[in-house]
Amino acid sequence: MIHGVALMQHSSERPKWWWWVFVAALAAFFITMPFHLEIFVILEMSRFFGMAMLALSMGFLWGFSGILSFGQTAFFGLGGYGFTVLALNTGETTGSVFFAVALGAAGAGILGYFMIYGRISEIYLSVITLVFTLILEKGIRATSGDQYVIGKVRLNGQNGIPTVPQLDVPWNPSVQLDINWFFWVGAVLMILVYIGLRLILTTPFGRVLVGIRENERRTELLGYDARRYKLAAFMLAGGVAGLGGALYAISIPLAHPEMFSLGRAADVIMWVLVGGKGTLIGPIAGVFAIEHFKGWLGTQGVGQVTLVLGAVLILFVLVFHKGLLPSIGSLPGLWLDRAAIREQLAEFVQHHLTWRSGPPRRRRRQGGRP
Amino acid sequence: MSEVVREDAVILETRALEKRFGGVSAIAGVDFALRRGELRCLIGPNGAGKSTFFKMLTAQIRPSKGQVLFDGRDISRAHPHEISRLGIGIKNQVPDVYDGITVDENLWLAAHPRHGARAARAKVDDILDRLELRDIRWQLLGALAHGQRQWVEFGMVMALEPKIILLDEPTAGMSIEETNRTAALIREVNRTTTIVVVEHDMQFIRQIADIVTVFHQGRILAEDTMARIQANQAVREVYLGTSGLA
Repeated sequence: MIHGVALMQHSSERPKWWWWVFVAALAAFFITMPFHLEIFVILEMSRFFGMAMLALSMGFLWGFSGILSFGQTAFFGLGGYGFTVLALNTGETTGSVFFAVALGAAGAGILGYFMIYGRISEIYLSVITLVFTLILEKGIRATSGDQYVIGKVRLNGQNGIPTVPQLDVPWNPSVQLDINWFFWVGAVLMILVYIGLRLILTTPFGRVLVGIRENERRTELLGYDARRYKLAAFMLAGGVAGLGGALYAISIPLAHPEMFSLGRAADVIMWVLVGGKGTLIGPIAGVFAIEHFKGWLGTQGVGQVTLVLGAVLILFVLVFHKGLLPSIGSLPGLWLDRAAIREQLAEFVQHHLTWRSGPPRRRRRQGGRP
Repeated sequence: MSEVVREDAVILETRALEKRFGGVSAIAGVDFALRRGELRCLIGPNGAGKSTFFKMLTAQIRPSKGQVLFDGRDISRAHPHEISRLGIGIKNQVPDVYDGITVDENLWLAAHPRHGARAARAKVDDILDRLELRDIRWQLLGALAHGQRQWVEFGMVMALEPKIILLDEPTAGMSIEETNRTAALIREVNRTTTIVVVEHDMQFIRQIADIVTVFHQGRILAEDTMARIQANQAVREVYLGTSGLA
């Protein structure tokens, strides 16, 4: 194996100045987009912010507390439906966004309580969360009848609720945000969530979460009630997913059972794995890279988009197994380490490839090597 | 044999402690008492039940019957995180540490619950000095040698400042020099803390032992000073002749 000197920080350290510069650059990048990009690109990218929060929620949980919640989409969907139903009933959107966050966190709190305090093992937790989101999907799909009404909103079953209200200005609810402003709000919220989660990792709470990921039993023997920490992380991630769901529903605009679906749940895994598990910027990058790639594939007349994406996922798992961003991040380190790599390569060639050209005798002399 | 001790001097006690796995009694009714400040070694041949006993003392497994009393409180059904808060520090046989983070952070996580965020820093510095770990402070624990990882874990237990420390084979896999340093450290810590050690290494036990408890087939076979244990005929027999204790 090649051990590059990865130029990465420890998650528990306070971010250095260059991290803030990076975040500022990222923010500037997004904020200037509406000025030079076409409106349909802005519309497409507006969808990504909600997805990015869904990805962040999983990236935080999986990468830093070691909890693989396959069903983060449950809280994503709850956020989307929660926002839509409340906003349609009340005609008010700002409070409804907060409600979406609270609903995601509360859903995660209830489900998480039984899983975490019941000491369900990791693999069952993944299965249960997945089943939970699929149950919600089935449940929502079965609400097409007239009797399924919350307040004055019909849930519409398979068809979803297409009348999701656009966000309005918090201090002046009579004015709705236009496409550009919604884009900016989405971008800023995503970056704020990113900064928030990053800073949480530097707090004692975040450090203990990483401790639980590394060794849960030791963490408990040190006197931490791991269940409380895990539940808190689970609820936090549920809230972030709920916020993502609300933004996503507004951006399409549609609150649809598909938000809870298996396909969506698998997307989240893919975003995080391809972007880079164990980082927070990775999941965001994963969303933008994959979703953009998907859109591009769609326009290229490739019939089997899913198949191509599957191949991409396999490639990443096998070759760039740390994910896109950590792999890029370790490139400068690899450059510094190039002598070692040359050595490794030479060794690799000698051990595995020389038999093709070299005489069989030579190979026998090296026999016994693994 | 076991001496009569005053009630208030007892820090850890078991009463008629039993553990059955299926039909087998791993521990078959053990009454055990430990005085404050003692350094007690638990020995016995393989399968004698000392590891099961250790796990029950530290509430890592629940007894089938009987009680484990720490400061007069039954802890046999306590949660793992409560054990540490009561003042019990545990080091299991396999290094139980955080491989993916630095030595410093390992110690900080140990010091934090007891000392709070600020004082934890000072405690970490203190432990780094006492265990001479300063040079490897910022290294990832997973990259260190086995002996160093054991030491870091020992430091983590010390950072808890427990009333009692329970160690399961603390010198397993250590070099002779490391073992000697560990023995010296255990004796130093014992000035302020009660210690229980489960050990195989007789050389090491001779270095540190105060009173030794010998387990055999789930029961206490003998409990005495090391010198008298070595002279004990019954103990010699269960160790298959005398080679183990010679």
